[in-house]
Amino acid sequence: MIPVIEVKNLTKRYGSTAAVNGLTFTVRPGHVTGFLGPNGAGKSTTLRMILGLNDPTSGTVTVDGRGFRDRPRGLRHVGALLDAGDVHGGRSARAHLSALARSNGIPRDRVDEVLQEVGLTGAAGRRIGGYSLGMKQRLGIATALLGDPPVLLFDEPLNGLDPEGVLWVRGLFRRLAAEGRTVFVSSHLMSEMENTADQLVVIGRGELIAAESLAEFAARGTGLSVAVRSPELTALAAVLTAGGATVHPDGGETLTVSGLSAASIGELAFRNRIVLHELSPRAASLEQAFMELTADSVEYLAGEAR
Amino acid sequence: MTTAAPAPAPAVTEPRARFTDLLAAEWTKLWSLRSTRWGLGLGALITIGLNAMAAKADYDLIPQMTAQQVAESFWLRDAFSQNSYFIAMIGAGSFGALTITGEYTTGLIRTTFAAVPARRSVVTAKLLVVSAVMLAIGAVVAAASFFGSQAILSGRGGGWSFSHPGVPQAMAASALIIPVSAVVGMGLGALIRHSATATVAVIVTLLMLPELFSGHTYTWVIDINHALPRSAWTGLVDAIPGMWHGRYAEPVGEAWIVLAAWSLVSALTAVFAVDRRDL
Repeated sequence: MIPVIEVKNLTKRYGSTAAVNGLTFTVRPGHVTGFLGPNGAGKSTTLRMILGLNDPTSGTVTVDGRGFRDRPRGLRHVGALLDAGDVHGGRSARAHLSALARSNGIPRDRVDEVLQEVGLTGAAGRRIGGYSLGMKQRLGIATALLGDPPVLLFDEPLNGLDPEGVLWVRGLFRRLAAEGRTVFVSSHLMSEMENTADQLVVIGRGELIAAESLAEFAARGTGLSVAVRSPELTALAAVLTAGGATVHPDGGETLTVSGLSAASIGELAFRNRIVLHELSPRAASLEQAFMELTADSVEYLAGEAR
Repeated sequence: MTTAAPAPAPAVTEPRARFTDLLAAEWTKLWSLRSTRWGLGLGALITIGLNAMAAKADYDLIPQMTAQQVAESFWLRDAFSQNSYFIAMIGAGSFGALTITGEYTTGLIRTTFAAVPARRSVVTAKLLVVSAVMLAIGAVVAAASFFGSQAILSGRGGGWSFSHPGVPQAMAASALIIPVSAVVGMGLGALIRHSATATVAVIVTLLMLPELFSGHTYTWVIDINHALPRSAWTGLVDAIPGMWHGRYAEPVGEAWIVLAAWSLVSALTAVFAVDRRDL
């Protein structure tokens, strides 16, 4: 598959600080690609350079083989939600979208279509200044969809959305990717990506940490573990430890066991006539993998809790 | 999660990029703000009203004037009074600045340029739409100010008709100084990108600089004064054949060149300042 977004040796310096430093990665169509990094990692700067809003100090970035600023009109090529606040609060959502549609020669009907799609039809005539953050996010998503583009960029799109909105956005992203589009979504929370993205680009302090599938990324985290619940916890712990496992009581009737597979734990319990109430393998948490990998590159680290 | 073989990416079919679409978009953006209608309407009414009141004041004075004084009066001081037009220039300049800084301070500029990466075209469209609207308003205000004030004055034998020598030129200059001020504001807005600072810069450029360079001792001070838009407007309004406005009055030809040059330089500043910088 041909990469759609191609970032090569991208560097952006502000004075002596490098916001983005020698970044190289590609984003391919048909996937939701998560763009992860702690606060200040350079995600927004990178997205702005993809859109030609900021010029790179060095390196190149192309969308579908061309620099974005070389295109006279953008909405049919890339739809973007960078910041839901990038609107004039004095206009109505309909006027805002109408002007954007007109600038790109997009038919008027499309404005009502996208308003309908994001659920803002009822509020379309009201001033954007009176919108909640969630409503502004929906308007931003409507803006991104306006040109029916093959490439979509979203910077922290879940901010301010209610649980229903989050579910809707996840479904929308998956649908857009299934239609063959390139969907690139930034976030500083791994948990947001866990149920949305299948590819990841992880950066820290402006540099690439990982660019791989979600599964490959998860495998970097500290091994697999199994949760075991039993009324005979002490006996079970002894048996498992003897069997070579590391046992960690979770409190109550549950143990977290690592170093043995769920099958081996079940066999050991059976042979020792120990009753099990639960036996569930846990994939290493993505959050954990993310924290481990970015620990060295967190820009603003809080004093105590690490 | 997506399937192993996603559908092929939808093909992009795009109509030719038309500049008229950008003009239409800027037109929509301008009039979809309530502050545009209020601000421009109120500004026009204040200017026309101040001139009508100036005319009324002179109308009250006419009975105390000799016939010669009436005949030799400079009646345009009530049609295009300095105080009303200085306020109008600052209003138009600030409005022009806000059409640019409003996009920067809200962040809308990023949405605008992500939609239309051809930044110079966007700014050119904005310049054309704003100056066309301001020219229309300037023409209405100049006409209403002139005909209103002269109608009041004619009640006691004062005032001039439109065909009086120099009047069409004064009216044209008064109509044009409004879009010129707006374009100067847009240039300053594009350079400064902050609404409050840009407004101060508009007031300094249009109102205070002519005061700073108001001396007559040095030629270069007079030259700088003449090169400012406010002085050029004053020169054109004052240039009634047969009337004496002092030996330092600005020549008409020079005044028109000054207005044209300020418009052109400000417009180019707006286009290139916005084009070059990060957002």
